[in-house]
Amino acid sequence: MKYLIMMMQSPDDPVQEWTPDDVQASWAHMQQIHREMTEAGELIAAEKLAGPEATKIVASDGVTAPVITDGVYPEAKELLAGFWMVDVDSEQRAIEIAARTSAAPGPGGAPARKPIVLRPIMAAPPPEW
Amino acid sequence: MSSAATGVVSIAADVDGLLRILTPQVLATLVRRYGDFADAEDAVQEALLAAATQWPTDGVPANPRGWLVTVAVRRLTDIRRADAARRHREDLAAVRGPATPAEPSNQDDSLVLLFLCCHPVLTPGSAITLTLRAVGGLTTAEIATAFLVPEDTMAKRISRAKQRIKASRVPFRMPTGQEWTGRLRAVLHVLYLIFNEGYAASTGPQVARADLSSEAVRLVRALQRALPDEPEVTGLLALMLLTDARRPARTGPHGELVPLAEQDRTRWNQAQIGDGVALLTTVLPRRAIGEYQLQAAIAALHDEAATAEQTDWPQILALYRLLERMTGNPMVTLNCAIALAMIDGPTAGLAALTGLDTRLPGHHRLDAVRAHLLELAGDPDGAITHYLRAAGRTTSLAERDYLTGKAAHLRRP
Repeated sequence: MKYLIMMMQSPDDPVQEWTPDDVQASWAHMQQIHREMTEAGELIAAEKLAGPEATKIVASDGVTAPVITDGVYPEAKELLAGFWMVDVDSEQRAIEIAARTSAAPGPGGAPARKPIVLRPIMAAPPPEW
Repeated sequence: MSSAATGVVSIAADVDGLLRILTPQVLATLVRRYGDFADAEDAVQEALLAAATQWPTDGVPANPRGWLVTVAVRRLTDIRRADAARRHREDLAAVRGPATPAEPSNQDDSLVLLFLCCHPVLTPGSAITLTLRAVGGLTTAEIATAFLVPEDTMAKRISRAKQRIKASRVPFRMPTGQEWTGRLRAVLHVLYLIFNEGYAASTGPQVARADLSSEAVRLVRALQRALPDEPEVTGLLALMLLTDARRPARTGPHGELVPLAEQDRTRWNQAQIGDGVALLTTVLPRRAIGEYQLQAAIAALHDEAATAEQTDWPQILALYRLLERMTGNPMVTLNCAIALAMIDGPTAGLAALTGLDTRLPGHHRLDAVRAHLLELAGDPDGAITHYLRAAGRTTSLAERDYLTGKAAHLRRP
């Protein structure tokens, strides 16, 4: 079964204030998970998204010129920072990956406990049909 | 297309079919001689690739199996030489060693291979992919397409599965004694999952996928020929045929799901139903009945009913109750409730759902069944609530469309 594992960040994430060592430790933790999922044949895709400053919001009625807004919605509390698309044997395994991602070290090496959003990807209907 | 080109295409199709049959035989021969499943599997894949490229133009050799074994052994030698070089070792004695004199028949060997690929040391997901490649002869690309994952991902999964087999040191022989029943059950489960994967995917706006259901039927047919006295093997084959027979009526013109009661029964494959029923008849009178035979018997009752109304629901309920006792599976209890509703009315069915909320918490199918029974019981508001709840919980797009459609229909009668 396939899942989208999404790492969220708040717009005022103080990651810019982390020490280089803390950033490095967090990165190494993520790389390790990435490597394991790749070797296990579970990883379909993974991407990191550019920051809120590079975001544009496009709305259109299909007739007139689209309305383009720079940046994210000011009221957004959480932004998608990056995602993994995985194909795993069970929901339990997807939760395990999400939990380890959430436990990545933050400032001072303590687990950052970033919220990870886990969403099943739509699949074919079950065979009872 | 010119007739010459058509000829080449048809030879290519024949070659493909031949290679698929020879794959497990050639692989088993190499594993038996040289012991290393993982390397042997790589070598055989390369030999298959060579054959698939050369045979359609150069013609099929007189002894295709011998040709494949020769090429695969040569490749295995290369692989081992590369390994040895990497490890700064020169000793290739194992590869040059003589073949074991008494080799069992091809069919027995293919069977050993199937049991190896479905070994319980592997997760079901790994066993499925390994079986499709090593026994089914599908390429990594074909398997990746069937499961809608990148080829690299599938290659890693297969490689991991082979390493797991290697590390577990599972011997290349048939399980015996106390091991037998459990190992056979594991094999049947993997083949059942392959069938279901293909059957599920045959619906809706799916991109072209290899026909896994047909592949599962082919593998179970071969297994049934090898083990004619195992009633559950025959039961599984019957179940697959009886289920697959309904496939043409399972979806509407736009890929939408059509429930069993509303399917156009003239579109069911009667020949396949006949085959399934005949198979089932040969095993049912025998000793202890198993899960697959029970499920096949239920499928047969549906398939043989001229209309949904004429379905023998009391018999279906009796079979589901047997299955419930045997498996303790709450999904079976859910099916019991549906059968009961068809006999004693929706209120009885709804009462039978009580207690399932704790056993199937948050499961969309429980909501869907409850919605359907509430609709039959004349409670459209309750039905709408549960149809929408089921729609929100399902992870199938086609199913969500069906469930939201039911709710919309009830809102505007």
